[in-house]
Amino acid sequence: MGVFRAGGAPRGGRPEDPLVRVGRALRWVILVALALLFLVPFYLLVRNGLSAERDITSPSWTFFPSSVHWSNVRELFDDPAVPMARSLLNSALIAVATTVGTLLLASLAGYGLARIPYRFANQVFYAVIGTLMVPAAVTFVPSFVLVSSLGWVSSLRGLIVPTLFSGFACFVFRQFFTGFPRELEDAARVDGLGYWRTYWRIVVPNARPVFAAVGTIVFIGAWNSFLWPLVIGQDRDAWTVQVALSTFTTAQVVNLHELFVAAAVSIVPLVLVFLLLQRYIVAGVERSGIDD
Amino acid sequence: MRRRVSDNTLWFWVFVGPFAAGLALFTYVPLLWSVYLSFFDAHNTVSPTDFVGFGNYTAMLRDGAFTSSLGTFAVFSLFIVPATYALSLGLALMVHRVRRFQAFFRSVFFLPAACSYVVAALIWKMSLFSGVRFGLVNTVLGWFGVEQTAWLSTTHPPWYWLVIVTVRLWLQAGFYMVLFLAGLQRISPRLYEAAAVDGARPGWQVFRYITFPQLRATSVAVVLLLVINAFQAFDEFYNLLSDARGYPPYARPPLVYLYYTALGQGQNLGMGSAGAVILALIIAVVTVFQARWFGLGRKEAD
Repeated sequence: MGVFRAGGAPRGGRPEDPLVRVGRALRWVILVALALLFLVPFYLLVRNGLSAERDITSPSWTFFPSSVHWSNVRELFDDPAVPMARSLLNSALIAVATTVGTLLLASLAGYGLARIPYRFANQVFYAVIGTLMVPAAVTFVPSFVLVSSLGWVSSLRGLIVPTLFSGFACFVFRQFFTGFPRELEDAARVDGLGYWRTYWRIVVPNARPVFAAVGTIVFIGAWNSFLWPLVIGQDRDAWTVQVALSTFTTAQVVNLHELFVAAAVSIVPLVLVFLLLQRYIVAGVERSGIDD
Repeated sequence: MRRRVSDNTLWFWVFVGPFAAGLALFTYVPLLWSVYLSFFDAHNTVSPTDFVGFGNYTAMLRDGAFTSSLGTFAVFSLFIVPATYALSLGLALMVHRVRRFQAFFRSVFFLPAACSYVVAALIWKMSLFSGVRFGLVNTVLGWFGVEQTAWLSTTHPPWYWLVIVTVRLWLQAGFYMVLFLAGLQRISPRLYEAAAVDGARPGWQVFRYITFPQLRATSVAVVLLLVINAFQAFDEFYNLLSDARGYPPYARPPLVYLYYTALGQGQNLGMGSAGAVILALIIAVVTVFQARWFGLGRKEAD
């Protein structure tokens, strides 16, 4: 690798091919330029969220607001027209409940499919895989039909329960447990532990990274989900933060500074989760690739 | 021995049962129900009595709005699939080779994945591509003396595509970059050494004969995911284009069309169900076709 990377010249020895050095510099310039470009939307979010309305709509562009308006945050939460606190609470409840529920249900199922011998285990597994072929977005009409006949429209139940059964999460857990070293479980069996206690005492504590990976991905997905909450959360009290934002984005009269500060507040939890747990998210994304 | 087998069966269902029951209830039952509904005239009802056979299907396929939504999807994926593929692969190749600040670059490109389509659409619509003069793109173009453009409402030329495609590109490129980075890390350094011994020139030749072929499995997965996700696009279209007056007559992808048909004023659940069934079939066919085309199942044989 070393030989090759230096373009024929041994690394650290003779001076490098000037072409290689130009290539590396060019790569740096492109990366930095793209990185700045990728950050522009975040900059706009913060800039507009902390500006006075007239700074946002000013015909001459100011890179930073003439004065930083932290009061926008208070104005947002005080505005009776925007159910911000309630919709944030709804989103938090939904995201946490969906994450916990999905991890519990899918990991148990994944373990059962991977480890407990049963004549029809393969058929059950294919039924789970089959749902990956039918994207949830295509089933929103039939699911709405079901949920409305259960009387769950505009309720947290309706927003949470139907999303708890993730074929993707079950698939990831099943693949992980299939490759889990059997020796640990065998030792537990010798000690007289059944499947249930082996699972909780031996398997779960040794599978934390997978739980973290699937959990962060499910959490982000639940917090950002839009179509299902739009369809089910029809009453104002059942709005998630995404539905609330959308309602005001598509409204007739828009208060820009308030809208942007609301959007900025809505991504704070996610940016924190993202920056703190990024390595798990990366692991989760890699696992979700079909090519493993 | 007999007891052991039934013990296992019992425990299998203790572990798998709750999940399987939920999956059946919330995925398979709605699917079958919507197949059933699609054969009935079901306005505002979920237990219809008026059997219409394939009436909903023929009406759906004859409805210009439905077929044009499929056209919208085709145009959209024609833009977004190659653009995301190229950008995420390019980012991965560069980030993989960079030695300093690698983690920083990866984070910056990946960070948009934490943003919702709602928030991204809001930034694009209200600030970046805002059609008025304080929109950032119009401001920057104004410095070069270019006239302002109403990006989202200009249909000739269809500038709205630029807005729609860049939102998704920004939001998802980092996600696919991470997939490609994982693929790049799996390529054995020995292959590169062998290529160097054989006299392959670094850069294009190595990419063409080593890196790109080695990324085949990742490429197949990425394209598959890109197409399926483009097919399901709803959030950014809805938030960019709909306003107090409703949704404009152009740029309606399948799910937006379905949303307004099934859950709009008419609540035509029969038609909506027929549409959902048609879309599910299309996705299944596209997935199987792509898998065959790229030889997804061939990996075991290699």
